[in-house]
Amino acid sequence: MKRFSIFSLARNALTGHRNWGKMWRSPDPKREYDVIIIGGGGHGLGAAYFLAKEHGITNVAVLEKGWLGGGNTGRNTMTVRSNFLREDSVPFHEMSLDLYHQLSRDLNYNLMVSQRGMITFIQSSAANRVALQMANTMHIYGAEYRMLTLDEVKRRIPIFDPSPDMRLPVRGGVYQPRASMVRHDAVAWGFARAADARGVDIIQNCEVTGVRQEGGAVTGVETSRGLIKGKKIGMAVAGHGSVVASMVGQRLPIITQPLQAWVSEPVKPILNEIVVIRSYYGTYLMQSDKGEIVVGQGCDPYPSYAQRGTFPIIEDATTSMLEVFPSFGRLKLLRHWAGMLDIPYDGSPIISKTNTKGFYIDVAGSGGFKTTPAAAKTFAHLIANDFPHPLAEKLGLDRFASGRLVQEGGVSANR
Amino acid sequence: MLEIPCPWCGLRNENEFICGGEAQRKRPADPDRETDEAWADYLYNNANPKGVVTEWWWHVSGCTLWFKIDRNTLTHEITPIEELPE
Repeated sequence: MKRFSIFSLARNALTGHRNWGKMWRSPDPKREYDVIIIGGGGHGLGAAYFLAKEHGITNVAVLEKGWLGGGNTGRNTMTVRSNFLREDSVPFHEMSLDLYHQLSRDLNYNLMVSQRGMITFIQSSAANRVALQMANTMHIYGAEYRMLTLDEVKRRIPIFDPSPDMRLPVRGGVYQPRASMVRHDAVAWGFARAADARGVDIIQNCEVTGVRQEGGAVTGVETSRGLIKGKKIGMAVAGHGSVVASMVGQRLPIITQPLQAWVSEPVKPILNEIVVIRSYYGTYLMQSDKGEIVVGQGCDPYPSYAQRGTFPIIEDATTSMLEVFPSFGRLKLLRHWAGMLDIPYDGSPIISKTNTKGFYIDVAGSGGFKTTPAAAKTFAHLIANDFPHPLAEKLGLDRFASGRLVQEGGVSANR
Repeated sequence: MLEIPCPWCGLRNENEFICGGEAQRKRPADPDRETDEAWADYLYNNANPKGVVTEWWWHVSGCTLWFKIDRNTLTHEITPIEELPE
């Protein structure tokens, strides 16, 4: 791997940026690997990176049916945070934030982490109660989550309407200073480049169509590029978990739902923090580095693989946004899209073994982007050692039979 | 906007309804005799197919009828499968 630095930048500037070279190889698949990862998004590429870096397993293939980061890694709204409700969620998401804040250096790749902070508006006594509960849980794990008075919110966000005349006036806020925005494509590319440098084969345009088994254990995968043998298989497919898991007859406690987002034309800097408005579904908005106002909300409330959403969500989010930010009514919509999320029953990720020996699953859940590094690290640990990482012990499939769910209200899909 | 065919009201907008999940789910006859895994399978696991699924819908903001439809989760094509009972 050619390291990126100020010197490599200067050197390449002198030659007109024509000689940068490829960031990763595009090898043909080998006949056999120690570990095959299905899914070349942030989670899959990250798992391959941690397998190579922390567990010394480098005979690894990442199979991607399209292009790297072309799924939900490229379709989320770039927000990473750890304001969650449960003792099993907070440390896991804190580890993810820690990793995000150091990965640019580890990967030698700029993830453009922008620590804006996130403010959730308090617009009801119920929201106030939940915020206090979250703040208390988070303080136990060393995560800062601070209540703000209305004046403090006004000082940080001068553009919203603080008048008491609206349906749900803003009474105050709750603030996570460490919440950040991260360049999402860079996460896939950074992991891919670093994993490739350690010997991982990244194979794009290679769709897995079946899983071979012998005596209850996996032996390989059938793909659009032929049979590839593997002793262990890790599934990290966002939005297709049930489809791939059904190849080994594994039923999952998830449904697949579309999550929409849309952006305005770029405008001058006006909104520093990421803002959550407590509407029926929970509307969030932020200003991207390019100046666009990015808006999103909860999932469309029914299963869909259509990778597009329908109008009621847009209408509801726009209504609640304009109530608090009336001036945004002048913005023009530029783009709108949707990704498909595999939402587990309790809203928390599933990082687990399955009934088939050697088949492991990472179901990102509804916060797939923010958990990427933590999920990748703990998934690699599970695949390498066959037992879970201490921070993912409670995230196995067995929690559904034992009844010890990790119920999360703090996820976009469950608001 | 999905238009859901309610057997009583006809085609109505999706936001009048709540999706009640997959209809082939069968409650075990005697839950006390089930293993935890079988009970969890009934409670939580879904076929979650990419394609046609038979599911319950509830016209909560309308006539409050529960009914089933066939819906394609990829194309959003909907086929009514229930007639109004006499």
